[in-house]
Amino acid sequence: MSGTYLGMPSFPKAAKDAVHNVTLRANLRHATHTIRDKRAKAVAELEDWALLREAGKQIKDHTLRHLDRYLEQLESAVTAAGGTVHWAADAEEANRIVADLVKATGESEVVKVKSMATQEIGLNEALKAEGISAYETDLAELIVQLGDDRPSHILVPAIHRNRAEIRDIFERKMGSWGRPAPDGLSDSPAELAEAARLHLREKFLRAKVGISGANFMVAETGTLVVFESEGNGRMCLTLPETLISVVGIEKVVPGWRDLEVFLQTLPRSSTAERMNPYTSMWTGTADADGPRTFHLVLLDNGRTGTLADEVGRQALRCIRCSACLNVCPVYERAGGHAYGSVYPGPIGAILSPQLRGIQSEIDVSLPYASSLCGACYEVCPVAIDIPEVLLHLREKVVDQGGKGHRLEKTAIKAAGWILDHPAALAAVEKTASGTRGLHPGRPPGAGAWTADRELPELPAQSFRDWWKKNRT
Amino acid sequence: MRVALFVTCVNDALYPATGIATVRLLERLGVVVDFPAAQTCCGQPQFNTGYRRETVPLVRRTARAFEGYEYVVIPSGSCAAMVREHYPKFGETALPARTYELTEFLVDVLGVTDVGAYFPHTVTYHPSCHGLRSLGLGERPRRLLEAVKGLELRELPGAEECCGFGGTFAVKNSDVSAAMGQDKVRGAASTGADVLCGADNSCLMHIGGILRRQDAPQRALHIADILASTEEEPLL
Ligand code: SF4
Repeated sequence: MSGTYLGMPSFPKAAKDAVHNVTLRANLRHATHTIRDKRAKAVAELEDWALLREAGKQIKDHTLRHLDRYLEQLESAVTAAGGTVHWAADAEEANRIVADLVKATGESEVVKVKSMATQEIGLNEALKAEGISAYETDLAELIVQLGDDRPSHILVPAIHRNRAEIRDIFERKMGSWGRPAPDGLSDSPAELAEAARLHLREKFLRAKVGISGANFMVAETGTLVVFESEGNGRMCLTLPETLISVVGIEKVVPGWRDLEVFLQTLPRSSTAERMNPYTSMWTGTADADGPRTFHLVLLDNGRTGTLADEVGRQALRCIRCSACLNVCPVYERAGGHAYGSVYPGPIGAILSPQLRGIQSEIDVSLPYASSLCGACYEVCPVAIDIPEVLLHLREKVVDQGGKGHRLEKTAIKAAGWILDHPAALAAVEKTASGTRGLHPGRPPGAGAWTADRELPELPAQSFRDWWKKNRT
Repeated sequence: MRVALFVTCVNDALYPATGIATVRLLERLGVVVDFPAAQTCCGQPQFNTGYRRETVPLVRRTARAFEGYEYVVIPSGSCAAMVREHYPKFGETALPARTYELTEFLVDVLGVTDVGAYFPHTVTYHPSCHGLRSLGLGERPRRLLEAVKGLELRELPGAEECCGFGGTFAVKNSDVSAAMGQDKVRGAASTGADVLCGADNSCLMHIGGILRRQDAPQRALHIADILASTEEEPLL
């Protein structure tokens, strides 16, 4: 994944600031609860939701099982339709391919459709290093880009910003990127949207190269599909002469019948809409319309490694709807940035460590960034058992050892011995109860607990003791 | 009817009153209660933290301790979920089928909702995540509470949201955990109830710890404590 997240501190450290940032907490709470409630209503409208969810899961599992076959079918179909397919093993290779393709056009500007894959590989930064300016055209991505910020949500990347902050960013930054914000801009949503529209229109009309991702790729016809709500995507997909799409290999589905399932589940689960506002589909190139040149860059970047893990591979079913983020109590308090990845929230906690490998401080801590409450699994439209994968990744973290876990392992082992010897357990309980007057209010090492909570009072006798005295 | 009580390590060491209440309640309903002394911990803390190997002996010990019992009753949603959901992964399939969380046992096996309890206080109920999502306890705890004489049940806003305990999560991610707990306590306070009731003492240790830190008038109580309370022997 993108190098910009290297050296991120562990999740608990990164979350600390967000937890104590009152404005951020309020923004996030309001936003996630609003989407969460709307989604629940939109999903409840469909009597066959459970069946659609199961179908989505099975379609994805089937495709992943035969991924090689479907990718080759896709490649043939895209090629036959006039496109060119490139294979990228990692972020670096993908960035290189895209930069070379843009340079070959002689252009130094590109317009972008919101795309997680290009965020994942840090494409904008890579292009910048080659002297190419990449303009984000999704409203929220624009806010993030102008604010020199990072996305904190998959679907609503600027969810951590409120209207007043957005107005300030537009006023300060739009001018240096293109058309400046209108004078006297207020923070009304209509005025902010209009300012963005004017600013972006200029870019759409000038751009010769568009860059996108895709939500789905249909293997049987070589068709790519983008879901969006603002129409900016359609501009980028139709106006430029050259279109380059960077897509993760797990985004392929066998045929149009499969797409039908996700056309229902994705909008309802993500934006709570019955039907997606702008669904763009294109197959290679056409003479009379749209881009004349089309390149598809198929991205691996850790995906085949993830696919090899029997428990972890279910993360590749993800359709990036964000429902798990919106319902997650940890995400709501920690915010998206703490996850140290373009994939925040519950899906990020299982996807990032798998794609990047469990090595860095942040990736070792992500599997623990959950209370295992299960709300994410409940809402996931492709039934990814996120708690199951978290536990699986925790086992991997423990197995590979590492600094923080040595002490913990010793403690767990000692406790394990006591718990495997009831007589020893009874003795420990007796000693603790008998000397409870002597225990300090906050025993050493309990700081993480006692910063905000009292410890339970030790009882005069254990249940075991009571039973012995009263029932035997 | 004879049942084995799996009291859980947290109740044994820290909340014996809940274990005692469970025994009294079941005996009052005509059930003979056994306490197999070989029991210790179900292994949930180890398993949820990633220590699978260290979990194995506890799973084996627990399965052996309760062999031969037709009904094993656990006054803890998360420990019951550990047995039901995860023991099969360790090859233990007999015990999960015979394991019941307390409110499940009362409503499904004994077929009672009015257990003859008396508790003249206002109560709000927090359905802990494992009880809610893993076990699917649904309305059982609320139905039991509603039938308690003198008890007024108040709806908890955001009831289905996690309280933030999450086992070792409470210390590994203590800031987020405490923030979740404080929001839970705020919701509970808004009900004006005297008691915040749950079916899992580990969650209540966390919620109750925050209530006590804040010197809040509300107190946290396990559902067994309330259901065991009678007019002759009232708890509060
Ligand atoms: S894991 Fe499931 S709920 Fe979360 S974003 Fe992916 S598809 Fe949506």
